[in-house]
Amino acid sequence: MSSSASSAAAGGPAVFPEHHYLNNGTTVRSWLLTLDHKRIALLYLSVVMVSFLLGGIFAMVIRLELLTPGPTIIEALTYNRMFTLHGVVMIFLFMIPAIPAVFGNFFLPIMIGAKDVAFPRWNLVSFYLYFAGAVLALWGMLNGGTDTGWTFYTPYSTTTAQGVLPVLLGVFVIGFSSILTGLNFIVTIHTLRAPGITWFKLPLFIWALYGTAIIQVLATPVIGLVAMLVAAESAFGFGFFDPARGGDPVLFQHLFWFYSHPAVYIMVLPAMGVISETISAYSRKNIFGYSMIAASSLGIAFVGFFAWGHHLFTSGQSAFDAGAFAVISMLVGVFTAIKVFNWVGTLYKGAIAFTAPYAYICGFLFFLVFGGMTGIALATVSLDIHWQDTYFVVAHFHFIMVGAVIMGFLAGLHYWFPKMFGRTYHEGWALVSAALIVLGFNATFIPQFLLGNAGMPRRYYEYPERFQALNVASTAGSSLLAIGFIIIAIYLGFALKYGPVAGPNPWGSRGYEWMTPSPPPTENFDVTPTFAHPPHDYTEDAVGDPDFAHARTT
Amino acid sequence: MEATSARVMTAEGYLAPPPTPHHYEGNPAAHKHAVRFGMWLFLATEILLFAGLFVGYAVFRTDFPEAFDQAARHLSLFLGTTNTLLLLTSSLTVALAHHNAEHGKNRNAFWLLLVSIAMGGGFLCIKAIEYTEKFREGALPGRFFAFSEITAPGGPMFYVVYFFATGLHALHVIVGMSLLTWVAIRCWHKEFSPTHYAPVENAGLYWHLVDLVWIFLYPLLYLV
Repeated sequence: MSSSASSAAAGGPAVFPEHHYLNNGTTVRSWLLTLDHKRIALLYLSVVMVSFLLGGIFAMVIRLELLTPGPTIIEALTYNRMFTLHGVVMIFLFMIPAIPAVFGNFFLPIMIGAKDVAFPRWNLVSFYLYFAGAVLALWGMLNGGTDTGWTFYTPYSTTTAQGVLPVLLGVFVIGFSSILTGLNFIVTIHTLRAPGITWFKLPLFIWALYGTAIIQVLATPVIGLVAMLVAAESAFGFGFFDPARGGDPVLFQHLFWFYSHPAVYIMVLPAMGVISETISAYSRKNIFGYSMIAASSLGIAFVGFFAWGHHLFTSGQSAFDAGAFAVISMLVGVFTAIKVFNWVGTLYKGAIAFTAPYAYICGFLFFLVFGGMTGIALATVSLDIHWQDTYFVVAHFHFIMVGAVIMGFLAGLHYWFPKMFGRTYHEGWALVSAALIVLGFNATFIPQFLLGNAGMPRRYYEYPERFQALNVASTAGSSLLAIGFIIIAIYLGFALKYGPVAGPNPWGSRGYEWMTPSPPPTENFDVTPTFAHPPHDYTEDAVGDPDFAHARTT
Repeated sequence: MEATSARVMTAEGYLAPPPTPHHYEGNPAAHKHAVRFGMWLFLATEILLFAGLFVGYAVFRTDFPEAFDQAARHLSLFLGTTNTLLLLTSSLTVALAHHNAEHGKNRNAFWLLLVSIAMGGGFLCIKAIEYTEKFREGALPGRFFAFSEITAPGGPMFYVVYFFATGLHALHVIVGMSLLTWVAIRCWHKEFSPTHYAPVENAGLYWHLVDLVWIFLYPLLYLV
């Protein structure tokens, strides 16, 4: 296998394979009812991209509204609906499925030398549940005018006149989809590894997906229950979370964050996995501290379950609880730092190729460290009381969740695009848009850190005049971001059809997925693969690949 | 149901097992493991689903110990105990059905499953009787609460927990009965054999979980 890969890279122009998963059946039915994990990944990709577009439009409306202190383009109630739409769409419809359901579905089986995931039918069911839940939630919000924010805090969500029922049902259904994906991944990793792929020869992306899947399986049922309870309460007035009837609204917050805090790691762990893959490929060097990166993925997944209380510092939690949750939250920083040091160790003395994915890796490291450090600050109880519910929190979680996840998603999209579609994109435009996005992101959210620290509360429709300059800066930054994404859509769309043929391994990567043609055949490998070298192995002698400069490894 | 029509009857009196799926080709043991493992993971999600409700129970019991005490004494211990016996026994018959299916005795498994489904139905009927009584008394959650015999504050909270927990559990009983019906039909068609009985095992596991949840609900609601 490896010889055919390197010979195609070495000699002559690459040839587009004749038979591959994209042209194995061209009817609509062969796509919509496919059991091929790669096609399901593309189904996910299309819906996830539409969700991202919608969520982005909602974000731009919010930013435009906040351009001036008073009313700008929309009314106050519309504004509330807009940030609800933005939050729900971006979190439940985009970020949670983005990397696991798209790249995970596509590459998990290939990276372990399998032909498919363990349960292909459930994989398709999972997609349709996601789709149905997404439609239900969107329809519910647009039609019912949900204005609670994506957190659905009680008693507001149970007493607001705006409809919350369909959205909660949508969230419930999407949760089912997320559970099925995670369950499928865990079973696949356990039972479908090709001979020779032991646990510690798994690519690091797989380890990250494994940690993610554990969270998906164990945390998601709780949000399902919470969604049902809130729905029942708003429909029938049961009073589970209503203090007037003896209920407890803080109980809602506990149950809600028991899922929604680990959910942050459902989003960010896969992004970390993408970074582990790409950073090794673009520094052409063995990953530094493989087992530490793998173990810290599980560490984050584990600790993430016990950190939810840091969302309740001002909700009437005991001082002891707050202190305990603060310390546990900071442990997440320890595991994340292990990863960051190992990534930087990988770069050290590497033969770095400054490509678009590499630019996203740099952005990722910055956002993760900056967002992570502000996270440690927010986990400090006394500081949090100052920042609670201000734009400081908004900026923090956008750095960590959105910054890091988008960087990981885009790094993965550019790194794997040639493998998924068999063609390469325009590197120059890719670098331009990467620069625009990283700069635009900073310009959007660094002002929000300052606004929050100066005391501007989140979710407010109007603000005092003195906050205007920073809000204008933030809106300008978000416009840069939007332009960057539009450029990506144009050149990737162009590359789909007209891009130069990539060949099996345009990057000279040693990842297992590059040992098969691009795009891969339906059965993933033409010949049953054997993986002679460990993942991320760039030791020159191991494969001998004269076309690519490799870092010396000692 | 895949390719049932194409499967042939073997000399032992059951259908030949379906072929191993293409991505597990050459490794049927891994496929068997996957099917079982997937079910256990799913059961873990069910445990966590109910765990949230148990947390709610703990919170409100701590808030309103007297009302919970009074309300628990207004539940019918006789009906609750009968239901517990029904479910526990049905778990036994499901386990026996699994044993029979594993040995290719599909007809035995079919009748045992039928008995289990009937006991599940009996459980639901008794539950319905209990619910009717509660509705008649006005022992209901939230704003529907109108039960004068509970004098301590927090009575409605007991019935929120009671109706939500037993309602969600009853829903699981219905799903479990549907699964058992589905495998019973397949037993009738003699589909299971020593190498192919995973559907019976998994439906059985689900039924045992339904039983297990009740084993926790019964003492918490009726006995404590």
